[in-house]
Amino acid sequence: MVSNKGLIAALAAVVLLLPGCATEQPKKLAPPVRVNLDPYPSTYHAYPGALTAIRNATVFDGEGGRIDRGTVIFGDGKVIAIGGADTPVPQGAYEVDGTGKYVTPGIIDVHSHLGDYPSPGVPALSDGNEATSPVRPEVWAEHSVWPQDPGFSRALMNGGVTTLQILPGSANLFGGRSVTLKNVPARTVQGMKFPGAPYGLKMACGENPKRVYGSKSQMPQTRMGNIAVTRATWIKAQAYKRKWDKYNKNGGEMPERDLAMDTLMGVLSGQILVHNHCYRADEMAIMLDLAKEMGYHITAFHHAVEAYKIADLLKANNTCAAVWADWWGFKMEAYDGIKENLALLDRAGACAMIHSDDPNGIQRLNQEVAKVLGYARHAAINISEEHAWRWLSYNPARALGISDKTGSLRVGKMADVVLWNADPFSTYARPERVWIDGALLYYSANPRLRPVTDFELGQPGEGDVK
Amino acid sequence: MIRLFMAAVLLASAAPVAAQTIAITGGTVALGDGSDPMPGGTVVVRNGRIVAAGMNVPIPQGAQMVDARGKWVTPGIVAGFSRLGLSEVDLSGGLTDDKAESGPFGAAIDVAPGINPSDSTIAVNRADGVTRAIVAPNVARSIFGGQGAVIDLGADMEPITHARAFQFVELGETGGNTAGGSRPSAYVLFRNALREASELRRYAPSLTSSGVGTPDARNQPVVRNPNESRLYGPDAQRSDDVLLTRFDAAALVPVLQGRQALLVHVERARDILNVLGLRRDYPALKIVLVGASEGWLVTDRIAAARVPVIASAVNDLPASFEQLAATQSNVGRMREAGVNVSIGMIDDNDTRYLFNERQYAGNLVGLTNVPGATGVRWGEALAMITSRPAQALGLGSELGSLAPGRRADVVVWSDDPLQVSSNVEMVLIDGVQQPLETRQTKLRDRYRDIDERVLPEAYSR
Repeated sequence: MVSNKGLIAALAAVVLLLPGCATEQPKKLAPPVRVNLDPYPSTYHAYPGALTAIRNATVFDGEGGRIDRGTVIFGDGKVIAIGGADTPVPQGAYEVDGTGKYVTPGIIDVHSHLGDYPSPGVPALSDGNEATSPVRPEVWAEHSVWPQDPGFSRALMNGGVTTLQILPGSANLFGGRSVTLKNVPARTVQGMKFPGAPYGLKMACGENPKRVYGSKSQMPQTRMGNIAVTRATWIKAQAYKRKWDKYNKNGGEMPERDLAMDTLMGVLSGQILVHNHCYRADEMAIMLDLAKEMGYHITAFHHAVEAYKIADLLKANNTCAAVWADWWGFKMEAYDGIKENLALLDRAGACAMIHSDDPNGIQRLNQEVAKVLGYARHAAINISEEHAWRWLSYNPARALGISDKTGSLRVGKMADVVLWNADPFSTYARPERVWIDGALLYYSANPRLRPVTDFELGQPGEGDVK
Repeated sequence: MIRLFMAAVLLASAAPVAAQTIAITGGTVALGDGSDPMPGGTVVVRNGRIVAAGMNVPIPQGAQMVDARGKWVTPGIVAGFSRLGLSEVDLSGGLTDDKAESGPFGAAIDVAPGINPSDSTIAVNRADGVTRAIVAPNVARSIFGGQGAVIDLGADMEPITHARAFQFVELGETGGNTAGGSRPSAYVLFRNALREASELRRYAPSLTSSGVGTPDARNQPVVRNPNESRLYGPDAQRSDDVLLTRFDAAALVPVLQGRQALLVHVERARDILNVLGLRRDYPALKIVLVGASEGWLVTDRIAAARVPVIASAVNDLPASFEQLAATQSNVGRMREAGVNVSIGMIDDNDTRYLFNERQYAGNLVGLTNVPGATGVRWGEALAMITSRPAQALGLGSELGSLAPGRRADVVVWSDDPLQVSSNVEMVLIDGVQQPLETRQTKLRDRYRDIDERVLPEAYSR
């Protein structure tokens, strides 16, 4: 956490005043009531899986390691062993011959709107932007997620995506809370919620907020308006947090709850991670200063099209950049996009990853990284495939605060595993099987292991290979 | 290695390039006609045209040699459906030329003057091996977008290969919305528009063959280009209930006559059949279907109608109620049924991401390894982004393959072009070697090492 000396000094002053109050009216202060920070708890459970051993496959472990003719063993939802051809296989394990195939951790998309902007993209299902005020941290993306969005199953079967963060949109400076989901079909969003994953706060800078509200002749209409509203909001959040800190320490009358400020307080306390939509290098630099001014940390910039211009600054601030491979030019703040962005960031030592922001792109994130590798090689920057897999699983897991649980094939971690029918950086490769927490949830050769959403049931093409 | 290769090419470019003879030798050559790639082939280019391509091709005396050993050589990518060159920045970046929201014209619009060959979008796609594009306007107030062009992506001021190569019309959900709120309304508008076109005097004689006319040459003009949007004398006399501007009606005359292709965007299977049915009333229409996400449901009907399809390659989401049956197997299934299919990018970042066509083609190849899916063979997949779109517009004898006599649009790739990690090493358009530098490569080079100790980045270029 980045500390704020001014804030600490202010809190110290409050504490100094307290003993006087306490001695006068010690018995009137009721003990503090703890607010439930998890009112929509995850009900996700791992589905049953067999003790499984994949052998003779090329393994990318997600943290930069590669094992040729490797063995990956998992059971009870966890990775049990990972090693070479001589890794002992436990008795009774279901063996999968991985000859000519590749094993990777499941892909993690740090930026998705599946469920909030589902298919079909009709107005009745458009639930991603609460564009009624530039400051809406009180909305939670999970309250919009439609678990029946067919996009989830496409991301699973074509994309090998096992975990994804659903963000509210970027019309607002403060768009609301994100939610991290395991990519399993479920009846409720709670049934998809990644157990123990921290919440995120979606923030935005740049053209979207100023366009959306500026067109309504409302602040912000400019980039300076963006920053002014953002700063003013954090100042309110600091005051709110001071009230609650005092109450949580001393009890008394509970301050009035404000859902918007609850979220921002969570950021200031380090419990909620900031995911900041921001394209331009100069704007990212301003947001980094703003975060320091207000006492929070930006976990990751998303869409960071110009991140390559400030790779050093991102590294110094320990802030990740989530980027596309080749999106550019669709608006002015995307005009300077280059195809080597991810590679240059990585080379500079910054934490970088691929992201989709797209129901089609999420089905081919492996290919997006393959593009980057090709363009980088053309520019004489050679990056190994096993290293590049970090951009698809481990680095996104870090940015989501779940890298202790998933994102790489490590003993004890969740068995979120993809078996690819060829090198996943080939355009011709596809997931053959996908396991989530050790449960086989997709197998290309088994039509029964192909989820069909309620929406698709009884429609043309139901159950087809999509 | 790359540097040596490029040096040889630079040497070659010292002579007047279009006129010269170039022999690209030793590479894996794919003709773009659906055939398999041939290792160790040769491509010979002279005067901007393909002389020969394949195995055992004799190398003319004095040809400039390009060593493509270890590399792949193919025709340039022909972007099957695009809005390339019509917009620099789409969203609040100033004027774009892909549609006129409040203009009076629809079918009469000719996209050609809007195409800016200096757009960064053109340079970026050229550097990725796209050499030609089918460019259509978007619809705005009419179901007719106007007349699209076929362009080249050469680094010069003359981008137009064929102006007014086709008319573009929306008859699915977009058309319904544009027509006031329903598909049936769009069909009435469409029929009425063709009726108005048929009422134009210069077209009427060929319907009635009555020979009625006046000696006034202006009333019986020799129409060299029936779509040049000029009207003479009596052509101004029309029914009282006209809905089209006179220019719009005139623009539809060549469509009605089958002299200009009609590209129709529809996605839903029923809409596809509705479009095929239009030929009962208008038998001369040269229809090309665009989009066709649900085409696989009616493959036999499309094949029987012998109508080419420029399809969206990998749509697999029920993105709307007209795409409920979308599947990545759509293209493969249509192809298996004998439909002439090519790949386009309608509504899919069609202004600037045409370089993704080879990724899409590669994905169709990948589907051949997915149980239950229908994919496309490699050679056919390449054809779908080279010769097939050219054929759909009747330009197959001119563009899109390495067959002798075709325009010499040739790309040398570091590897299999359907692998997205492969890079472009040389691009010829009409036999002229093209620059591969873009704003993007210059930005990359400026910032690849951040070092402000001497001067700011603005001094490096």
